[in-house]
Amino acid sequence: MGIILEIKGLKKTFEDKSNVVNALEDINLSIEEGSLVSVIGGSGCGKSTLLRIIGGLETEYEGEIIVDGKAVTGPSREKGFIFQDHRLLPWLTVKENIRLSLPEEQKNNDSLIRENLEIVELGEFENAYPSQLSGGMAQRVAIARALANKPRILLLDEPFGALDAITKIHLQDQLLRIWKEEKITMIIVTHDIDEAVYLGSRVVVMTPRPGRIKRIEKIELGTPRRRTGSLFTQERDKIYKEFFKETELPFTYNI
Amino acid sequence: MKNNIKQGLGHYVLYFLLPIIILIAWEWADIAGLLKSYTMPAPIAIVNTFIEYLQNGKLLTNIGVSLVRVVEGFLLALAVGFAIGIGVSIFPKFDTFTDLVIQTLRPIPPIAWIPLAILWFGIGQGSKVFIIFLGAFFPIFINTTEGVKNIDGRFFELAEVYEIPKQKLITKIVIPGALPQIMTGIRLGLGNAWVCVVAAEMIGATSGVGFMLSDGRSLSRPDIVILGMLIVGIFGKIMDDLLKALNKRLIKWQ
Ligand SMILES: Nc1ncnc2c1ncn2[C@@H]1O[C@H](COP(=O)(O)OP(=O)(O)OP(=O)(O)O)[C@@H](O)[C@H]1O
Ligand SMILES: [Mg+2]
Repeated sequence: MGIILEIKGLKKTFEDKSNVVNALEDINLSIEEGSLVSVIGGSGCGKSTLLRIIGGLETEYEGEIIVDGKAVTGPSREKGFIFQDHRLLPWLTVKENIRLSLPEEQKNNDSLIRENLEIVELGEFENAYPSQLSGGMAQRVAIARALANKPRILLLDEPFGALDAITKIHLQDQLLRIWKEEKITMIIVTHDIDEAVYLGSRVVVMTPRPGRIKRIEKIELGTPRRRTGSLFTQERDKIYKEFFKETELPFTYNI
Repeated sequence: MKNNIKQGLGHYVLYFLLPIIILIAWEWADIAGLLKSYTMPAPIAIVNTFIEYLQNGKLLTNIGVSLVRVVEGFLLALAVGFAIGIGVSIFPKFDTFTDLVIQTLRPIPPIAWIPLAILWFGIGQGSKVFIIFLGAFFPIFINTTEGVKNIDGRFFELAEVYEIPKQKLITKIVIPGALPQIMTGIRLGLGNAWVCVVAAEMIGATSGVGFMLSDGRSLSRPDIVILGMLIVGIFGKIMDDLLKALNKRLIKWQ
């Protein structure tokens, strides 16, 4: 498969009156079509900034961002963006929230809306208001909304960060299933090492001040992926070592 | 918990207790000879005047005249205040263009316009509608602009991601997002409109509830004055209740 996203020599600084923040420096990355890449790093290392630049939400930077052979000039439906908050409009029902996001020629395509709600297993909730949904359900609606727009690439910024552990695990599995079925390229930003390793076929490790890519780890978990067992632990430990010294490594059992 | 209190009989007893106490105290003061009928009549005198005014038709005519004025001035203020409020919110240049005039006119109490209004429009309908318009316009306008300002900026980012066209942005994000505060503006505006109609009619009019007040004073009939005041209070409350109910229906997502 071809390269869908190419980042060359990306540098981003935020300036205000008093200081200059080197949010990103010397970022080079290419992402293959259909892959699922996780980006991990501590707070403030520029993960969100990187994703927002790819998504076209941030347009002042040095370097090149090429999606599908074209330079990114702004946000578009092709680049689905899932924010940390679900960002559903509280005054619209689930169905109307999705409808609002659709292109003009798809506005009346109710079956498209239903289909995508069913992908996230929320078919019966199309007439609910966001206030009637749990955090996890609302985030799934946000995913359905992005999918309904048939993005070429889906950018997720800590999408499950605010959810409890159990819901998070369910949603990770749901996301993996969607990725396999829909074959959409995904980039997921997270600060959860387990999540990064479980989801990503590659894990991009970032370090702060200035935000740089420290290394890119290929993950081999076999199929189906498992959260337990030695393969997972091995891969996870590799990422742990990027953040902690050997002696600090949390103790893990291998049975 | 809150609902339980609201539904019980106890709630209604409590709700009407204070007015009943006031009535009893008032009646008692009369019996005790503390009131002089030419400054403060007994409750029963108000009731008699009420019946008299109901029978000779003056009551309903005056209420009707005031209500029509309020509705006209208020609807005009609603249309203009809402339109300019949204316009100012989405076109920064229009905001800059209008800001100084609007903000300078705002602190002038509507009542201060009454002399000019009478000179311009006479003592008929026009001057009243003008004063009411001024009273209702500013709360509606200010709350519309504030309502738009307070919309979570992240929704506009969302609109960018999904390439939502400007017209949809206004109807689906800006207006509903500002609606709770617009409704607050509408309630304040209608309250002001009602205050303004009374003030305007007291100063120069030949009909309306405000006219009843000034007429009662010149006839030395405090019973008429008090009846007029009660009507102002009761109708003001009813209108606000209607708006509250409308608010609940419009903002059903909360
Ligand atoms: N709009 C902005 N103005 C100024 N500085 C900013 C802005 N956005 C981000 N930064 C700075 O850029 C750096 C990277 O921020 P970013 O939000 O990308 O980090 P992050 O990796 O997503 O962190 P977190 O895990 O906490 O979300 C931080 O030092 C932050 O203070
Ligand atoms: Mg972030």
